[in-house]
Amino acid sequence: MPILTAKNVTKRFGGLVAVNAYSFELEEGSIVSIIGPNGAGKTTFFNCITGFYQVNEGEIVFNEQKINGYSTDQIARFGIARTYQNIRLFANMTAIENILVGEEPRLKSFWVEAIFRTPRFIKDEQKAEDEAKRLLQYVGLAGLGDQLARNLPYGAQRRLEIARALASQPKLLLLDEPTAGMNPNESTEMMHFIRGLRDELGITILLIEHDMRVVMGISENISVLDFGEKIAEGTPQEIQLNQRVIEAYLGRGTSAGFNASKAAAV
Amino acid sequence: MPTMQDFNLRKAINFGLIAGVISLFISVIGMTTLLSKRQLIAGVLTLGQLLIFLAPALLSYQAAEKSSKKSRAILNSVVAGLAAATPLALLILLESLFNLRQFFINVSPDLIKIINFGQGTAAGMAILFAAMGLIGLAMGLVHLLQPQIRKSIFTGLVVMLIIGTFSELLTERLRAFFGVEFSKTIFQSKALLPSVAAIILIVVTVFSIVWTKTGDKIKQRLDVIPAGQKRTIKAGNWVVLLAVLFLLPQFLGSYLTEVTNNVGIFVLMGLGLNIVVGFAGLLDLGYVAFFAIGAYTMAVMTSTGALGVGVSFWLALPVSVTAAIIAGVLLGTPVLRMRGDYLAIVTLGFGEIIRILANSDMLKSFLGGAQGILNIPKPEFMGTALIQPGQLYYVVLAGCLLAAFVSWRLSRSRLGRQWMALREDEDVAEAMGINLVKTKLLAFAIGAAFSGLAGAIFASKLTSIFPHSFNLLISINVLSLIIVGGMGSLPGVVVGALILVGLPELLREFAEYRYLMYGALLIVMMLAKPEGFWPSAIQRRELHAYEDPGPVPDNAQTE
Repeated sequence: MPILTAKNVTKRFGGLVAVNAYSFELEEGSIVSIIGPNGAGKTTFFNCITGFYQVNEGEIVFNEQKINGYSTDQIARFGIARTYQNIRLFANMTAIENILVGEEPRLKSFWVEAIFRTPRFIKDEQKAEDEAKRLLQYVGLAGLGDQLARNLPYGAQRRLEIARALASQPKLLLLDEPTAGMNPNESTEMMHFIRGLRDELGITILLIEHDMRVVMGISENISVLDFGEKIAEGTPQEIQLNQRVIEAYLGRGTSAGFNASKAAAV
Repeated sequence: MPTMQDFNLRKAINFGLIAGVISLFISVIGMTTLLSKRQLIAGVLTLGQLLIFLAPALLSYQAAEKSSKKSRAILNSVVAGLAAATPLALLILLESLFNLRQFFINVSPDLIKIINFGQGTAAGMAILFAAMGLIGLAMGLVHLLQPQIRKSIFTGLVVMLIIGTFSELLTERLRAFFGVEFSKTIFQSKALLPSVAAIILIVVTVFSIVWTKTGDKIKQRLDVIPAGQKRTIKAGNWVVLLAVLFLLPQFLGSYLTEVTNNVGIFVLMGLGLNIVVGFAGLLDLGYVAFFAIGAYTMAVMTSTGALGVGVSFWLALPVSVTAAIIAGVLLGTPVLRMRGDYLAIVTLGFGEIIRILANSDMLKSFLGGAQGILNIPKPEFMGTALIQPGQLYYVVLAGCLLAAFVSWRLSRSRLGRQWMALREDEDVAEAMGINLVKTKLLAFAIGAAFSGLAGAIFASKLTSIFPHSFNLLISINVLSLIIVGGMGSLPGVVVGALILVGLPELLREFAEYRYLMYGALLIVMMLAKPEGFWPSAIQRRELHAYEDPGPVPDNAQTE
């Protein structure tokens, strides 16, 4: 049963059609990538899912509930969390504080309770802090909780962003280029980590990625976008041999015999 | 790129000339003459003289500090000092040749007498150069001292000058407590006696040196104290602070208590705006609107005049606060989607609308128009009207403590984190499940509540209010005091209010130059201490990134 279904999603900016009649199904518990050349509309599609953009046409269904039309924070509360292409942590807050903000959808205490320090508030905060520490440990940043987010090294920032997304205990995690700017070792590590999220926590993962080694190595399914339109969909093997995908990446007229996997890896 | 080695004489002269031009400017606009009426040290130093020498002293110290070699340091600072004398010396010279008063009305014989030490043109110029050169030399020498000792000497100087500046007030207080005879041993004709000034300088300096030497040891000893005892000490500190605050009017006398009450009202407003601007990062320039709404609600409800309903202060107080909260939500709702500059402009407009409405003929039958509302009774407590500043003080104090407590608790809670996240990155905060509407409106509403409370107390304290008391400058004042104190910092609000509201009250001579001083202070603050006098932890982090321990090495990660 699909956890996320997009039906004919179209997003226009003035005359520009960023996403055009895109239909897409995401099976629960799977790892799926969206790839495509720069400007293909991948991040726009993410923004449509999370409600940051309102779609012009079509609908997005999450967990059997239509979610387009809801605000970003409500969609986050439905169980969709995301990370950003250019890391967007709360730079001047500590690592722990970042994760605590991520836990927002799960916290229950009312703001007035904070003034009186009611037992429920204290319990809620204590639990939130314990959970934040556990998550920090989980993503391999134990002991760095008091560091400012912006002082962490690049790789750690990526992990912290994922930890912050995990803090809401999402059912679906959207990762926007999680290995951008990483060397091969780091991105391999990140691949294992992402697979772990699915295997250990059962979270469905949708990622945008440019590194073909990661895409081919981790995805069970791949959807290819070009100029806002879906041009191919299938397993990594199918995508590697798909003529239209090769054309999208290298341009028309590329010799038919060209090894697609090599081409796509450029 | 110029490096430290490049700091040559030319630069020293530049520094000196800048300082000299500052002193010249201060003199030509008439500040020096006016402030010379206030003696700091009897027969030795007036506030006007201090003002002339301040910029040269600071910049010649800078000249010394920027030099790479010690020998050069003294030379540079002396040269800077001499250069600083030049503009003023030119003023003396020109004044002796032409009638400068045609162009600069403030270049009076009195001013020239101050600058040339009453010694005529040639001798005066010589003395001026010598004095500035000596200041430069002193600054150069001080620079060579150990940093600890240097700091202690500056502390001593500052304490001495502050005591000197407030001689008149202190004399009055000492007389009230210890009698005329005792006050005469310290102050003479509203100024410090030179001998006492020297004693203060030495004692404070020595004490400061001893403190910096032993302070670390005491801190270390405090660090090893078990947590339980630490908490007791902390609680003890709070008890002492509260006791001091409670007894304060006894020591201050009625004039200073009145000043404190004014400061308190601004602290209350500052605490409210601090939530909106400091915590949530929503720049609100129309903050005075809520103050006005609180004040007018109180006035209409309690006034015994034609316009009032005539209920008691304590009944009107919650109504005033509620009215401000409603106004906060009403203003907040249309501006939810606005950010930064746009938000600032819309709120600015809102503040003006409220003032113009209060001033309008349309609402004259309710709010009194330009004539305002009169006959507002002072609050009553247990049957006695709180007429004296010393009695009203407790109403203001209670309001401030309540607001500070609420701010403090909220800043360390879920809502505080939501505000912080909102300030850092609104889009991401929303994607984390934070309801922007609710979070922003809460910031506006709580901020407005404090301001409404301040307004209600203000109306009752003054017993009459007029629309022109609620102009844009109040909003600017409150915002400035937050910036000077330190954005998002609770003690910073108090420090900012003391500096921007308390000081001008005490330095009456400054009144004319109040906004010049504000501007200068804000510029200097932004350059030298952008995080404010008492910054919050997060502000310090933001603005002193380069002093952070730096990025954590990669291997610190534990896999």
